Amino acid sequence: MGAGPRIAASSGASGGARVSLTRAPSARSRFEALVRAALFAAAAVSVVVTLAIIGSLVVETVAFFGDVKWSDYLFGTKWTPLFAGEQQSFGVLPLVWGTAYLSLIALAVAVPLGLLSAIYLAEYAPARVRRVVKPVLETLAGVPTIVFGYFALTFFTPEVLRGFFGTEVNQFNALSAGIIMGFLVLPTIASVAEDAMSAVPQSLREGAFGMGAGKLTVALRIVFPAALSGIVAALILGASRAIGETVIVLIAGGQTASLGLDPREGHQTMAAFIAATSRGDIPTGSIEFETIFVVGFTLLVLTLILNFFSIRLVRRYRQVYE
Amino acid sequence: MTGAQIAARAATQTTVIPRRSGSERAREGAFRVLMYGAVGLAFVALAGILADALADGLPVLSWDFLTRFPSRILPDRAGIESAIVGTIYLMVICAVLVVPLGVATAVYLEEYADRDRWWNRLVEINIQNLAAVPSVVYGILGLAFIVRGPLSLGNVLLAGGITLALLVLPVVIIVAREAIRAVPPSIREGALALGATQWQTIWKQVLPGSIAGIATGAILALSRAIGETAPLLVIGAAASPRFNPDGLDSQFTALPIQIFVWTQDPNRAFVERAAGAIIVLMAILLLMNSVAIWLRNRYEQKW
Repeated sequence: MGAGPRIAASSGASGGARVSLTRAPSARSRFEALVRAALFAAAAVSVVVTLAIIGSLVVETVAFFGDVKWSDYLFGTKWTPLFAGEQQSFGVLPLVWGTAYLSLIALAVAVPLGLLSAIYLAEYAPARVRRVVKPVLETLAGVPTIVFGYFALTFFTPEVLRGFFGTEVNQFNALSAGIIMGFLVLPTIASVAEDAMSAVPQSLREGAFGMGAGKLTVALRIVFPAALSGIVAALILGASRAIGETVIVLIAGGQTASLGLDPREGHQTMAAFIAATSRGDIPTGSIEFETIFVVGFTLLVLTLILNFFSIRLVRRYRQVYE
Repeated sequence: MTGAQIAARAATQTTVIPRRSGSERAREGAFRVLMYGAVGLAFVALAGILADALADGLPVLSWDFLTRFPSRILPDRAGIESAIVGTIYLMVICAVLVVPLGVATAVYLEEYADRDRWWNRLVEINIQNLAAVPSVVYGILGLAFIVRGPLSLGNVLLAGGITLALLVLPVVIIVAREAIRAVPPSIREGALALGATQWQTIWKQVLPGSIAGIATGAILALSRAIGETAPLLVIGAAASPRFNPDGLDSQFTALPIQIFVWTQDPNRAFVERAAGAIIVLMAILLLMNSVAIWLRNRYEQKW
């Protein structure tokens, strides 16, 4: 484009009839190069952001492991970093367990509901129903998480859960936070899985119908397996949203890191710990301050691993059909 | 075989295809029930979330509620003026920072970047990964880099705006790229053939052609930004301040933070205030989404 040989006379520098095929850097081409450099600089900002995230996490994480043995952190079963003296303990397992446990509850809600909605939208729903259902799911996805948290704490726990299980249900509990988080994740899973199933070519369906298969068989035995890698990517994306979700757990899930199994009791997750701890004005450089970063780093590594698999799967399923 | 015979056989053959068995039809019906149930539950969840906030919050909505400062002691006199003003400021700062940066990145990636260069691939992979980083981690970045550390701005409005801008930057880049990609190559080729430089082509043809999509995406990204709680909590937004921010270096709060503080209050009267603030927040989001949809329908280019 701008890089090809240019006729110098046309840039009006000399006014003579000299015609040359060598490239003369005109004001215009210099401007073009400047614009290009500026745009590249803008694109580089996102890389700088990543470096800043990793840098800020790593510096404090290294400082943390100067004070705490890494094996005590990774395999310790007691997480009480804010306690004083002998009671202070930095075993991250309770937080990891809390994160996994709440995410599992959320996925137990979101996976079946999300996939059923996706199959319905991709295979069954008439156009006019889709026009209603899709915006509803999009709206659900657009509700701020603080509103989900409010609902979990002020309605779902006292009215629904205590209605079913009685008053043994703690005001802050894993079940309420997990289930409501499931509804937060549901639209993500539904929309990505629906995209994957809609991308399955019509000829596959027609072939199956031609062999006498019913609608259910086509949906579950033909379309679902053909879209499987996209569907798995949807599940991973949903899982990574659940793992990183903060406010619902902070409000309705409680603030005690525990290895317990009882979903009626409170559990804390990594993300909720970060938000809860950094709210207090903890001084820079203290061990409490460093815990935020080491937990943040653990969380980031987990989500990036999940994201890595999700991107690879999506890429693979894109290549299946010509 | 005569035509009549063929017709006769064809007529009988329709009966050869086996009828759906009863059990298959039952399974089909059961699956339909499951699907309707799943979609229905999603509807119920959305309706329940909205109805709960409306039921708790409508009684506290009044002009006073919108124009008074929060109170820690008197729920009846507590309002959300500082939270509304803070949220609007944050939105403006976020937009000013993220729209130019996001669109410039998108233009670079779509119009200039050579995919064979490793640094361009790095930028692309990086953006995909940034989009997956949990919002609370952006809060940590804000705390370590903007509030303290290199920038050391303190927990002020500008720090909140920058943090939110970085959070939604990947979203803006992704939607802007899609909008730019939707402009057909023939438009660019036409402009270049007439002697326009590459930047003139972009500035005069590509960007005007994709402005509706970019604006729609930017508004949706901003509506995500102002609904975020976690990063603002981490960088230390003020709880219930009795003043409006009066500059970029002023302490601030935002609607999600005020909702969070009131939701956790043991006093039921404050929890109702939280619901009132939720209604206001949802109304702002609804307004922004309506504008986005209107923009898309009104200005979307058909090529």
